Amino acid sequence: MTDVDEVITRVHREEWARVVATLARRFGDLDIAEEMAAEAFATAVERWPVDGVPPSPGAWLTTTAHRKAIDRIRREVRREEKHKEALMLSDTPEPLGAIDDDRLRLVFTCCHPALAMEVRIALTLRMVGGLTVPEIARAFLVQETAMGRRITRAKAKIKAARIPYGVPLREDIPARVTGVLAVLYLIFNEGYLASDPEKEAVRSDLTAEAIRLTRLVRALMPADGEVAGLLALMLLTEARRAARVSASGELVTLGEQDRGAWDRELIAEGHALVRARLASGQAPGRYQILAAINALHTDTRDVRDTDWSQVVALYDQLVRLDPSPIVRLNRAIAVAEFDGPEVALAEVDGLPLEGYHAFHATRADLLRRLGRSEQSRAAYDRAIGLAGNTAETAYLIRRRDQLAGP
Amino acid sequence: MAQYLISVLFDTTDLATAEEMAAIDVFNEQLQADGHWVFAGGLASPSTATVIDGRDGEAVFTDGPYLESKEHIAGFWIIEAPHLDVALRLAALGSKHCNRKVELRPFLAA
Repeated sequence: MTDVDEVITRVHREEWARVVATLARRFGDLDIAEEMAAEAFATAVERWPVDGVPPSPGAWLTTTAHRKAIDRIRREVRREEKHKEALMLSDTPEPLGAIDDDRLRLVFTCCHPALAMEVRIALTLRMVGGLTVPEIARAFLVQETAMGRRITRAKAKIKAARIPYGVPLREDIPARVTGVLAVLYLIFNEGYLASDPEKEAVRSDLTAEAIRLTRLVRALMPADGEVAGLLALMLLTEARRAARVSASGELVTLGEQDRGAWDRELIAEGHALVRARLASGQAPGRYQILAAINALHTDTRDVRDTDWSQVVALYDQLVRLDPSPIVRLNRAIAVAEFDGPEVALAEVDGLPLEGYHAFHATRADLLRRLGRSEQSRAAYDRAIGLAGNTAETAYLIRRRDQLAGP
Repeated sequence: MAQYLISVLFDTTDLATAEEMAAIDVFNEQLQADGHWVFAGGLASPSTATVIDGRDGEAVFTDGPYLESKEHIAGFWIIEAPHLDVALRLAALGSKHCNRKVELRPFLAA
């Protein structure tokens, strides 16, 4: 890669959302914003190696995309013989400084609750993340044409139904922020524990993208505790990525991970975020609690030093916010370390999670620790049948095959 | 301002109760007071519908609704709102007042 290529890659990462967001506000049209931003970057790829990188690459791209958009609208207007609209558009782009909030508007538009979740994810990755349609299609193992249609349909709905390009109504803000965070967390989780047996176990491209987008949202909403909580949760999870899958492609559980392979820098950043939230004295939401749990997990050099009573206490707090069976399952896993597998098993049994692989994997592990090999084997079989992630399946099979014979 | 159709979806032909009608009236007055009101109405049951095809010579009349479906449109509002977020709020209020699910759809821009 030449120096200019590297600059273009970096500028794309840093400036894409800004260029799309600025154009979307000026022209009130996501389609034009996306296409003209893409054209401006294509022009940069042609021109910068010859002309040199402009002193302010972001401004250059915005101006170039703006001009292209004006040209296109004029062409279309001429075709339709409607001159009035073009006269209303300004030829001089506004200065860069005032437009940072446009990216936040863009995030809220892409994560609008009137769009299906899969559509929100695809739009966010395209419009805010700058991933190409083929890249997004590959990430979710969808045909490129199908992903293209999904995004096109979404843009058409945004336009026809007038999904506003703006920050939500005041009374909608808490629910809308929660919606944005759900999209970011889903992108992260799809990278962290890919659900498809055809895909790699951990997909760092998606986890990195989710973290980058969450950092952006945090920069735009620095006062929101849940945004900080989600970022901390992602960092503390990402920090363990290298230790999480063995050389042979098998999932390594938290207790068995090589803690020396954890990313100390990410852990330090995550811990700092958690400490700042604790110091705020505000009641934490679910992401902040999950981040605090992960802070405890990453706080010790040896799994045996983990403060399990604190972990259970945090799960109790989480259950009060969200008494769903999955949260209670995760709480029971912590209970197993604190009160022993028998107490945990009593809590796990009876949870309505028959179709969830982690339910059976947890039961299998607890039964194994209680020496109930036969029941454990049956539970491993159920878990293996339901698990989609390749590394997890490999781990479960080995565990099952290690059980004492019947 | 854009216009939206709020269709009231319902799975039986029962009419709204007196209580529901009173709540709908309150909602209608609010729509008018806030400048969102364009039009609204309740519809007679789907079995009273007639499908007409006048494209080809003499019109052909068919007794009954065009689509036999589990849910049908029991009534509707046409509202005016600056954008979808406001329309969604109004549709949610409409659903609450008439005690039915509703579907929100934008009119094509003029």
